[in-house]
Amino acid sequence: MSHRLPWGPMARMTGRRALFAVPVLLTVTFGVFAVAAASPFDPVKAYTGTAGLTASQENLDQIRANLGVDQPLVTRWWNWLTSALQGDLGDSSVMRQPVADVIAERMGWSVLLAASAFLIAILLGTGLGVLAARRPGGWLDRGVSSAAYTLEAAPAFWLGLLAIWLFALKLDVLPAGGLTDAASETVTFGQVASHLVLPAAVLGISQLPWFFLYVRQGVTDALAEDPVRGARARGLSERTVLLGHALRSGMLQMLTLIGSRVPELITGALLIETVFSWPGIAAATVEAATSVDFSLLAALTVLATAAVLLGNLLSDLLYGLADPRVAFDG
Amino acid sequence: MTARSIRGAVAATLVTALSLTAAACSNPDSPTNGSGTGTTSAVVGIAYEPDSLSPLLGYGKDGNSKIFDGLLALDADMKLRPALAAELPEVSADGLTYTYKLRPGVKFSDGKAFGAKDVVFTYRTILDAKTNNPSRTELDAVKDVTAQGEDTVVFTLKYPYAPFAQRTVLPIAPEHIAGRQDVNTGAFTTRPVGTGPYVLTKWSKGEKLSFTANPHYWGGEPEVKKFTMAIIKDDDVRATRLRSGDLDGAILPPNLAKGFEDDKAKKTYAAATYDYRTVTLPTHNKVAGDTAVRRALDVAVDRQTMVDAILNGSGKPAYGPVPTDSEWFTKGTERTHDLAAAKKILDEAGWIPGKDGVRVKDGVRAAFPLWYLTGDKLRQEHALAYASDAKKAGIAITAEAGTWEVIEPRMKHDAVLAGGGSPADPDFDQYTLLKSSLAGDGFNNMAWYDNKAVDAAIEAGRRSGDKAERKKAYDTVQRELVKNPGYTFLTHIDHLYVVDNRFGALTTQVEPHDHGLASGPWWNVEQWKPEGTADTGDTKK
Repeated sequence: MSHRLPWGPMARMTGRRALFAVPVLLTVTFGVFAVAAASPFDPVKAYTGTAGLTASQENLDQIRANLGVDQPLVTRWWNWLTSALQGDLGDSSVMRQPVADVIAERMGWSVLLAASAFLIAILLGTGLGVLAARRPGGWLDRGVSSAAYTLEAAPAFWLGLLAIWLFALKLDVLPAGGLTDAASETVTFGQVASHLVLPAAVLGISQLPWFFLYVRQGVTDALAEDPVRGARARGLSERTVLLGHALRSGMLQMLTLIGSRVPELITGALLIETVFSWPGIAAATVEAATSVDFSLLAALTVLATAAVLLGNLLSDLLYGLADPRVAFDG
Repeated sequence: MTARSIRGAVAATLVTALSLTAAACSNPDSPTNGSGTGTTSAVVGIAYEPDSLSPLLGYGKDGNSKIFDGLLALDADMKLRPALAAELPEVSADGLTYTYKLRPGVKFSDGKAFGAKDVVFTYRTILDAKTNNPSRTELDAVKDVTAQGEDTVVFTLKYPYAPFAQRTVLPIAPEHIAGRQDVNTGAFTTRPVGTGPYVLTKWSKGEKLSFTANPHYWGGEPEVKKFTMAIIKDDDVRATRLRSGDLDGAILPPNLAKGFEDDKAKKTYAAATYDYRTVTLPTHNKVAGDTAVRRALDVAVDRQTMVDAILNGSGKPAYGPVPTDSEWFTKGTERTHDLAAAKKILDEAGWIPGKDGVRVKDGVRAAFPLWYLTGDKLRQEHALAYASDAKKAGIAITAEAGTWEVIEPRMKHDAVLAGGGSPADPDFDQYTLLKSSLAGDGFNNMAWYDNKAVDAAIEAGRRSGDKAERKKAYDTVQRELVKNPGYTFLTHIDHLYVVDNRFGALTTQVEPHDHGLASGPWWNVEQWKPEGTADTGDTKK
């Protein structure tokens, strides 16, 4: 694409989406507070843990007041919202830390895991998709396609447990979890790399079927279209036809997929981080939810929602760029 | 009733359902960890993780906090010895004033001196209502704490409280750090600084706690220089990693500990505990509140079979919160399993078997529900065994599972399979379990037990400073519990640990219900003498 990028329409779309995001985020945070308030879990019980089961009622009531969870739902949400807008995300009751610290400590590890997994899924999915489309019905196509359908149905945590069982317990080639070995005190590149392999591979592979199937379908369709047949007729090499023509139009569908897979990636990371004791933000989400940690839960939900909205925006922008027929009017 | 939840056993059992969920990092790449450089380092696997490492929020309140010291500490025989105090406290004749002389020259690991102001700060902060410390009630007796000069601290109590000195094993926090932060969420809660034998180097939540020896420790630098506690909630994963050499020691359930019996390089330690499992028999339940039913259940239950079948023999029958091998146990209050006697008690009291075998009296059917914590396999098995024993005597008990949120509102009328146990003083369990004025106060006295003779005796037991007098008082309590058992105590559970032999012969303390960082053979890791380091015969003291 040699023509100039349509900055104006792109910026307008981004602006419109940003405006639209405000009510969405407000609703989502209120929803989180409402659901958490309705949950059968008691934040004071979660906070006090074992010690709470020997505490006096007076002691527990005092902690309830200190945590502010004795106030009505709307008041709590409003207090959280007003201080969040001023940059104070509040304190996480379960982590005994400011929410901002929890996020800062863990965000990087989650991004590393999710990005590695996404990269695996996209690269491997595209590569396999193109190969499968080249010979539809061939052994590679049939093998990978049926594997992809099976993987689509397999929950990520189940794949994770299977991988731990095979690679860590049976073969003993990769660590079963954590960021570093138990005895190691420092976080070194080698340690993290070897500990990243299993969770990233499992998360990536659980996302792979969608990319594979989309690319395979897109490329197969494109191979049957007139431009490709024309290119072949002109005697262009198979390689040029496949990568230059078919893949390019086949990739279109995958661009939309990148955006729509972000929520799946987040929920997948949630399970994978728990299974592999990965010290990321998703593992903290699980703890925040079961402990009814309002501040942390709300902040994390805002983050996840923002990631989904951003993912959608990104894929719409890319799609608009790749296919000029699509306008930036989202 | 103190149903100190059994987060421990929950984690151990419930997590089985989640299978490998909590596998921390295994260490297949470096199996040499167990030997080689490992002589001065130790890695142990534990099942629980503290919520916070701040003593102000309750961390280490029963001692052995590694990072901190209390004024006093408990030795292997559970006797108090001075730690940050230079000697045991001086107690006034009326039992209301405790004076502690502080050990001179002690420094926090950041180099700042420890002093009376830190002690006063620690206790006053915990007693402050704004501090989210769920164990504050344990210091209920304290009226005030004041510093007299640099090296003396005086506690004044509201009422004479004999076990008060036991409470002062509570770790002391540095005022110059913790005093400048938010007590509930400040950095001190995750990056603590203390006077203790170890310094925390890293806490990777959900994964491990890493410690390094404090070279300036007032008790001498520990020989185990690096100490790591890996948090591995799943029992099977912990056992696997112990076998692979990634861990030097671990807490294990009896069935998995058995797998290490033939391992010549490792030794299994069974720690005696105060960790009991009991059934509350609520006073406000028409059936369970009836003295005849209570007495019948007390002898109908087959405790030894529970120990053998549920605990694989790693435990003891329990007849009250005080274990049978404690010096505070009243000999002669053991109940023998006697189904015929149980039936006789019920017959005489007018509980007559109905058509379905369940007894009835005045139109009331001898039936009530028994709740246990969802996912807690150990409690579930106790509950089912109890229900099955009761059925033989004609009492229909239905075991039901629920979370504490479900169970708590039902505690006044329904029976609960509860657990607890604090070994340091007989007052700790018995007062909160049995005192009638604490009925329904949080999780205290869950059975709403109400017995004037017991009330008077436990009050006498906590007020008297004389040991013989206290023993007499607790004898009265235990004898009253035979006449009117408000709870059916079932078992005391041993805690099993498997540790590598290279650390030599280790000891265990009498352990509480909670498996904190304090429990296990590593309660005194600072005094371990690993093979290869003690060769010089020179021990720094």
